[in-house]
Amino acid sequence: MTAPDSGPTATKRTRLVRLLVNGATHDVAVAEHHTLLEVLRYQLQLTGTKQGCDKGDCGACTVLVADADNRRAPVLSCLTLAVDVEGKEITTIEGLATKGKLDPVQDAFDRCGALQCGFCQSGMMLSARALLDENPRPTLPQIQQALSGNLCRCTGYTKILEATLLAATRPAAAGEQPPKEPA
Amino acid sequence: MSDGESTLKAPYFPHGSTIVDAALRRQEGDHGVGARGRKIDGAEKALGRTRFADDYAFPGMLCCKLKRSTRPHARIVRVDVEPALAIPGVHAVITGRELPTKFGIIPWTQDETALAVDKVRYVGEPVAAVAAIDEETANAAVRALRVEYQDLTPVLDVDTAKRTGDAPESKVNEHAKQGNVTKRVELSFGPVDDNIEACRKDGAVVEDSFFYCGTTHAPIEPHCAIGLVEGGPGAQGLLTVISSTQVPHYLHRDLAHVLGLPEAQVRVIQPPVGGAFGGKSEPFTLEFVVAKLAMMTGRPVKCLYTREEVFLAHRGRHPMRMRFTTAADRQGQLKAVKSVIDLDGGAYASFGMITAYYAGQILTGPVAMESYAFDATRYYTNKPACGPKRGHGSVQPRFAFECHLDMLAEQLGMDPIELRRRNFAGENVTLVNGQRLGSSGLLQCLDAVERASRWRERRGKLGANASERGTKRRGLGVASSMYISGTNYPIYPNEMPQSGVQVKLDRSGRVTMFSGASDIGQGSDTVLMTIACEELGVRPEHVRVVSSDTDLTPVDLGAYSSRVTLMMGHAALEACRRLREQVQEAVARAWQCEPDDVLLGHGKVWARHDTQQSISSAEAFKLAEARFGTLGATGGYRTHPRGGDYRGGTIGASPAYSSTAHVAEVEVDTETGKIDVVKVWVAHDCGTAINPVLVEGQIEGSTYMGAAEVFLENMLYGADAVGVPAASAARRGGMLVGPSLLDYRIPTTLDTPAIFASVIERPDGNGPYGAKEAGEGPLHSTIPAVVNAVYDAVGVRYFELPLSPARVLAGLRQQRDGAQPTTHKAAE
Ligand code: FES
Ligand code: FES
Repeated sequence: MTAPDSGPTATKRTRLVRLLVNGATHDVAVAEHHTLLEVLRYQLQLTGTKQGCDKGDCGACTVLVADADNRRAPVLSCLTLAVDVEGKEITTIEGLATKGKLDPVQDAFDRCGALQCGFCQSGMMLSARALLDENPRPTLPQIQQALSGNLCRCTGYTKILEATLLAATRPAAAGEQPPKEPA
Repeated sequence: MSDGESTLKAPYFPHGSTIVDAALRRQEGDHGVGARGRKIDGAEKALGRTRFADDYAFPGMLCCKLKRSTRPHARIVRVDVEPALAIPGVHAVITGRELPTKFGIIPWTQDETALAVDKVRYVGEPVAAVAAIDEETANAAVRALRVEYQDLTPVLDVDTAKRTGDAPESKVNEHAKQGNVTKRVELSFGPVDDNIEACRKDGAVVEDSFFYCGTTHAPIEPHCAIGLVEGGPGAQGLLTVISSTQVPHYLHRDLAHVLGLPEAQVRVIQPPVGGAFGGKSEPFTLEFVVAKLAMMTGRPVKCLYTREEVFLAHRGRHPMRMRFTTAADRQGQLKAVKSVIDLDGGAYASFGMITAYYAGQILTGPVAMESYAFDATRYYTNKPACGPKRGHGSVQPRFAFECHLDMLAEQLGMDPIELRRRNFAGENVTLVNGQRLGSSGLLQCLDAVERASRWRERRGKLGANASERGTKRRGLGVASSMYISGTNYPIYPNEMPQSGVQVKLDRSGRVTMFSGASDIGQGSDTVLMTIACEELGVRPEHVRVVSSDTDLTPVDLGAYSSRVTLMMGHAALEACRRLREQVQEAVARAWQCEPDDVLLGHGKVWARHDTQQSISSAEAFKLAEARFGTLGATGGYRTHPRGGDYRGGTIGASPAYSSTAHVAEVEVDTETGKIDVVKVWVAHDCGTAINPVLVEGQIEGSTYMGAAEVFLENMLYGADAVGVPAASAARRGGMLVGPSLLDYRIPTTLDTPAIFASVIERPDGNGPYGAKEAGEGPLHSTIPAVVNAVYDAVGVRYFELPLSPARVLAGLRQQRDGAQPTTHKAAE
């Protein structure tokens, strides 16, 4: 059965929010209950960030959000309201490659064959990047720990761990985050 | 892709070689068969640019949501759609009545509808669908829909399914001819009972009941489909469905069938799929309803399953209860294997008819037995339907059988690896059930894992330094298996090719491959590219693959049964070779030499006798285009009848079989019952590795998934869950427990064993370049290898999965109390 044509219903409370994504500024009218994931994917068309569960279990939606000291940390965008990251620097997978060059993490994931279906990998590569920003020479257990919030159903993780180790041997692209001393 | 000139050594001419010297090219920068090249879509995936189904959006697109049943088994008395339609922003609502045509992946068991018609058969079954302006409105409409039910008797397990006869209140699916049976398969080869008797007198016989719990695929990408109508209103337009499916061709057929449209009016586009593992290998509700709603509303309609809905779509591994009897003579020759298997199928047949066959038919190699019988029955129950999960139907009996081999070896005082070697079927042999086994690298696989795990020094001795590990005990276990590389018979009987490939090349030097095959992450597009490089000598970056769009690409039956590399590979090879011959002929004419003296490789075309003489691929293609006109060729792969000469003898018959062996090392905490799968060594014979990196990825992914099925994953329903109070157990009957990735745990980096994969190559004459499968075989023997390792560690045999801490502790307790013998005697 079809209904007569009609406009939108449930009154959504929207707010104008300034989002800083991958170095660009977006002023977006976002529904207050919409997550950062929804706004990135469906309003800003940044579909590289994936949704695997929408409830914080899989890590596919991981993006990096910088804190006041400009340290980028992985955040689950499906559990983050868009209105809560107003004015914070957000990095999505689309912002990982700079100046037309793959980030060493991206290159290593490709080189090692870590990308099977690739659906988990935006989140996975960003988690790996965040780890390497913090700790440029991680041990295998440290990598396993850092990536344990990102589920991958294809690879058995073997090549992902290998790729992260390989990426750790390559410096981040020029203009990237300044390397930090390990804590 | 290619790292270019720097790695270019002496020119290497792929197509001049036969299969085996691929090892020459296993370096970064080389390409063609056997090279460790990058994936064709690797950079795109690394950049996050790959567009999956949910990444598509269209102007005016509506959001579709489903109303789902709250009852396991009930008649639908009434669906009141008016309150939903009254909500502003709701464009359409449909119920089962609007899509009443039955469908089913297997032509003989068409027993389901897109939305429930008249009755519901499991909690969570789709009853109605709405299309609305946005997600919030669609959800509100679903809430507003009222469904009135009249409860029927829920049939929640196999025992109930067996007991209840044909009474309508307890018949789950009317398609069942008898009671609640989907399919029974009973086959026997050779004097099984006599052989068992003889072994009882002189040899060893083991007889046990095993249980394999249900598990699901859990791809990270949820199912998603978009329906679009172009070029005309409603049923006059061209219907396009974009879907995360593994089987665009079957979806195409079933959409036309259910919607009553000519097939020529339907187009299916399958974008790259975010993991599937068998979970997207048949049409699902969402694909039909977005099509119907798009036809009704004239607007694009998208449905994206929530994670909970992905669990409800299921079609995962069947729970199986299996009674196995396995007999060997005193020398360890396997004389007889006999099994009686009950499959808990859920509400619809899905692939279940085939599953019942696979539960028996794929067990007869590469470790062979002299006589064999199985009796498998699949039952309908009021739960989401089970279907094919990676290693369809054969994973569960493989677990039982390989545990039995371990027990026989112990009774006979033999090393379990030795027992398997002794019973190796051999190559180019006919197995006891009539299947034709071509190449098999079982012995090489066993050697590889034996060596890598230091089996001889370590097995049985890891418990020795127990004091260092406190309550933890370590052990090693072995197992082996085989799997099909596609099936000789297509799902619906027809004489046409199972896979077709079209190749186009032109003066630009670019090669475009059109293939209906589905890249679900396994890398089939990369296999196509590799074959183009191999045959036409072009660089990887000059190959484009257009795949799985029924308007643009020839038919391929889909990504299931591990069929793609073998079948699509043959088709691609045939098409590319036709074009190569044209290029060779045209260039030979220009150079005034024989076509055979024209070699294609490294983005160039060379003269055999003078490698100083060469032109670029593009120049050569120009010569060919000038001589032959527009350049294009097709290739197709057809199977030939094969398998045993009896009813059902063709099911499980494959052009080629892979072989695998696993050794697992586990650590069992005897205090907590927790099992840690520490390391797994796995060797898999894939014939020829078209791209060894992809093969390793398949081996690792399979092994990870298998290991998880031992200690972690379990589809639990209603009262099965721990801690459900008796009072609410009845109310929860048939309700899936915790349909989320938090409750249904899949392994993280921390739970996954260290996996050491070796690729073994025993090329098979039936595969392209000798290639066989790698995507499913390496899952099978992971499970029994782990369970056998647990026995080595703590001396307790476990017959039921998963090995949850509670089950492990119960076994240890029984062992302490002397209730469970540490070794099994032959059943009296
Ligand atoms: S989508 Fe799964 S954690 Fe966010
Ligand atoms: S690559 Fe498919 S889920 Fe990770």
